[in-house]
This record gives sequence, structure tokens and C-alpha cells, in this order.
Amino acid sequence: MSVLRLIGRGTLLHVKQLSRSQFEIATALFVPLVQATLAVYLFRAGSEPHRLLEAAVGAGMMAVWSSVLFGSGGAIQNQRWQGTLEMLMLAPRPPALLVFPITLATAVTGTYAMIATLLWGGLVYRIPLDVADPLAFAVSVPAAILGLGMFGLLLASTFVLLPNANAINNTLEYPIWLVSGMLVPITVLPGWTGPIGAVLPTTWAARAVRESVTGSGPVWPSLGVCLALSFVCLVAGALVMSYVERRARANATLALA
Amino acid sequence: MALAIEARDLRRTYRTRTGWLNPRRVEIDAVRGVDLDVRRGELFGLLGPNGAGKTTTIKMLNTLLIPSSGSARVCGFDVVSQTREVRRRIGYVFGGDRGLYDRLSALDNLRYFAELYGVPAARQKRRIGELLELVGLTGRERERVEGYSRGMRQRLHIARGLLHEPEVLFLDEPSIGVDPVAARELRNTVAGLAATGTTVLLTTHYMAEAEELCDRIAVIAGGEIQALGTADELKHHAEGRRVLEVQAFGVSDSQLAGIDVLPGVRESSVDIVGTAQVLTVQSDATVDVQADVLRLLDGVRLGRVTARQPTLEDAYVAIVGRSPVEVAA
Ligand SMILES: Nc1ncnc2c1ncn2[C@@H]1O[C@H](COP(=O)(O)OP(=O)(O)OP(=O)(O)O)[C@@H](O)[C@H]1O
Ligand SMILES: [Mg+2]
Repeated sequence: MSVLRLIGRGTLLHVKQLSRSQFEIATALFVPLVQATLAVYLFRAGSEPHRLLEAAVGAGMMAVWSSVLFGSGGAIQNQRWQGTLEMLMLAPRPPALLVFPITLATAVTGTYAMIATLLWGGLVYRIPLDVADPLAFAVSVPAAILGLGMFGLLLASTFVLLPNANAINNTLEYPIWLVSGMLVPITVLPGWTGPIGAVLPTTWAARAVRESVTGSGPVWPSLGVCLALSFVCLVAGALVMSYVERRARANATLALA
Repeated sequence: MALAIEARDLRRTYRTRTGWLNPRRVEIDAVRGVDLDVRRGELFGLLGPNGAGKTTTIKMLNTLLIPSSGSARVCGFDVVSQTREVRRRIGYVFGGDRGLYDRLSALDNLRYFAELYGVPAARQKRRIGELLELVGLTGRERERVEGYSRGMRQRLHIARGLLHEPEVLFLDEPSIGVDPVAARELRNTVAGLAATGTTVLLTTHYMAEAEELCDRIAVIAGGEIQALGTADELKHHAEGRRVLEVQAFGVSDSQLAGIDVLPGVRESSVDIVGTAQVLTVQSDATVDVQADVLRLLDGVRLGRVTARQPTLEDAYVAIVGRSPVEVAA
């Protein structure tokens, strides 16, 4: 109970902190215009408006993913720069519980871009917001965000261990859009990407949200798989995080030298 | 009597790389065998020059750094293997204006850390109110921290460190950037905490602060404890010395070097106070160096010249001055 409160309050705080950066907000509001445009032109050829909404939602999911990838991948480094990493780690809590609210917050702030994509799509390209299963949509979007936040913990903890985290960050953005089927249906991708996509929570998150928009399939199984995979990431991330914390204390990397 | 902090032969080596084209591994022995026993409720001071190893020692005790060797217990719990237990019982305040969520209000910061440090929900509101009052931020708590002055941030740090009513409080230069009135209030607060049973380990560069507050003081230099005792006991290290203070304007380095080698001179240093330089010359009590010093300063405009008994600061200078280890900058 108190753990849930801690996560809730922590997430809220980090969302607030992230949302008050003008750069982040400007990016979250204007990059989606580009993404909505991309989506529209990729799908305009010979398709009905429903495909456009699907594409816009897919673009929104890409934005959430980008936010998690960059926000969570750099979460620990960010806290270090702010000087808050030491204060967080001093709390008598498992380190994963201190970092998870941050990664969850990066997923939550990713929805700004998703909302902006839908708004831009509606305003500029007249994409109507007629979702096939509004209830499933209303559940699957927050659940997908929770899932990506959990996945974020694994990213946050493993990326600090990599010497070239930034480079890896940059190279992961587009491939995961692709193999998760956010941009184009998985069916058009080469077969070998299938297994990779199947183990990524992003794939199932995108699929659940898409199914709720198009009514093309039952939403709940996809959502279930998404949350199960995410939970595995959360547990793995928590284990790596404990290792990272101990290593940082041994190597004196909690503070800026 | 129960010990709040006990450290045995604590050592810490940092390994870093320097150089960019031709990286070289360097090892810095920041702390080289520190033994400490701090009683419960004691207010213990750690003094020492920059780079002496004070912060490193504190961070080993508060679990942020794992010692390279040696062991330490805080409230009876091992700082390496029982970190959770240690962390529950300690507070840590460091000097400087980083370490807060800048785009959030003081209230948001305190609420979050109250939650993190496990302050029961029912008590949080009152506790935060009390602390804001204590550090004089009441009325400003809803403003964003980025708009705070340095001293206000420092006071917020202090409030945060006290949220969970720690048994042991580590204060690493807590009065840095705090105005004199607020610094005095801070000293009263710290003294009050110690009076009600909180153990405090304090580092500071202000001798008066250390002398006023600390039950005992350890002087650390080159990663080793050079002297340990009450302020009065430490003053014995300057025993047999007298101190000459000369206010001057425009003393050259060569003149200073000349003073250093005068017969009977043990230690000399210069402070800049306003537009003036204040030369402090410690000499053997049996030798009156005043005439020689003034002769060397011939031609320099001089202000007040005073001879006085050694203070804690003089003792500190004497202790640090005779420590064999040169601390690299
Ligand atoms: N993270 C680090 N990596 C490498 N060397 C370090 C690190 N932190 C401290 N040191 C070195 O260890 C030595 C002791 O530093 P420490 O910060 O403990 O000194 P201090 O007594 O707190 O000094 P100050 O009064 O300036 O705060 C110094 O030589 C410093 O350069
Ligand atoms: Mg220090």
C-alpha cells in the first residue's frame, strides 16, 4: 500500500519536474506535427480515414516509446547531474523503487506527444477520432504506458552500465518503432524480426492500443501479454538496479566527481 | 556507553583516469586509516583543509561510498552489509545548492522525500510545517526552488535532512552560503538537536562554529586524523606559541617567504580581509619576532599590529602545518 503511494507520489513529482521544462514541452507538442504528417502521407495512398487514425495512434505510441527510451535511458545520469541521485539512494528503499517512478514519468509525459499527435491530426488533416472500442482504448492506453514505464526501468538500469549509452539510445529508437509494428504492420516486415517483436512489451502495447482503435481484434489478450512482459522487465530491471547501486557506491559514481 | 558511530581503520582509494589523449590511471588515497568513536548525543566536529578526506569519510559512514578497507558501524549497524538499517536512522545535509528538484516547490520536495524516508502519512503535514518554521521558509514553501537564493536552498536541504527525525545527522559544511543571522539560527538548531539526543557529525571550515558547537573535534589532513579532542585540548597543540597579527596593504610574496624563515617562526599565513591583508605569524613563545617581522615589512603600509594568545584556529594551523602529508591540489 505504502509502496503504491510512494510510486504514485514519486511519479507525480517526476512528471511535474519533467513537464516544467520548456524544451521538453515544446518538443512534445511540435514533433508530433511532423509525426502526424508522416503518418498521414505514409497511409494516405488508397486508404480510408480509419487507417489514418490508426496511423496517428501508432505515431503517438512511437512518441511514448521515444520519451521512455531517452528519458529512462538517461534517467540515472540526469539525476546525477541534478545532484539528486545521492539523496534518492540514501532513502531506505530498494533502489528500483526510487528509479521506477522516474521511468514511469517518462512514459506519462510521452502521452503529451500522443495527445498532440491526435490533435494535430484532427486539426490539420481532419482525422476523426472515432475509436472502435472507447472503453478498451481508455484502459489500454494507460496500461500501455504503465508497461512501457516498467520496460523503462530495465533500460535505465542497463544503460548506465554501458559505456556508449547515448549512441545505443539513438540507434534503438527507429528499429523498435519498426519491429513493434508502431509504424507499419508487423506483417510487412521480414520474418526474422518476428521473434524480436514478440518479446518486446512495446509490440504488445502498440497492438493492444491499435486493436482498441480499429476493433480488429480482442484487446485484452494483447494487453495481458504486454503487462506480463513488462513485469518481467520490471523484475529484471530491479535486480540490475540493485547491482548498479552497489557498483556505484564502490566506484564513487553516485555524485559528480 | 553506546556508540552512535564507530569506525575502524577506514580507508578509501579513488581510481580515476586523467588525460584525454594519453589516459593514465591514477589512484588517490583519500582516507588512510581513520578510527572514530562518536557517542550517542555527541556533537562531533571534523575539521581539515580542502581535500583532507572529510567528505569521503562522511560518505563512507552514510553508506554512499563503500570503504576500500576497514569497517564502520552507525547505531550498531554495519554500513556495508546493513545499509537499509543505517539509512533509516541517518540524515545527511551537504553544503551547496544542488540536490533538489529545482522546478518544483519546497513543499513538493519535502513531501516526496518524506514519503521516500518513510515518514508516516498522518505525520507528514505537521512535520513539514514544523521544519519549514524551523528553517524560516514558512510562507515561501509554494515557490519553485529555482527561484530560491543559495541560503534558502541550503535551509531547505537542512529541513529535508531532518524530516525523518534521524538519530545520527551528518552535516557536511551545512552553513556554506548562509547569512550570519541564519547561520546563528542554524547553530542553535544543531545545538538543540544534540541536546535532545541526536548525534551530529559536522564538518565546517568555520573555526568559531566548531568551537561553539562541538563536544569534540578531530582534525584530519592527508586522509588521517592528526589530532582529536575538545577544543580546549586541541589548543594545547599551539601551546608554547604566541601569535602576532599584522594588518598590511601590499605585502609581496618574497617578503612573506622571508618571514617564514625568520628564526623562531613556526607558521605564517595571510588572509585577505576587505582591502587589507592580515598576516598571522605563529612563533615560539620564547621568541619575540615582532621586530624582525616589522623590519621585513619595511616600506609596506601597515595597520593594526597585535600580539595574542593562540586560538582554536591557531591550533588548527599548527596541527595541519606539521602534518607530514602534502595534499595535492
Ligand atoms: N569521486 C572522486 N574521484 C576521485 N577523487 C576524488 C573523488 N572525490 C574526492 N576525491 C579526492 O579525494 C580527496 C579527498 O576529498 P574529499 O572530498 O573527501 O575532501 P574534503 O576534506 O571533503 O575537502 P573539502 O574541504 O574541499 O570539502 C581529494 O584529493 C579529492 O580530490
Ligand atoms: Mg568536502
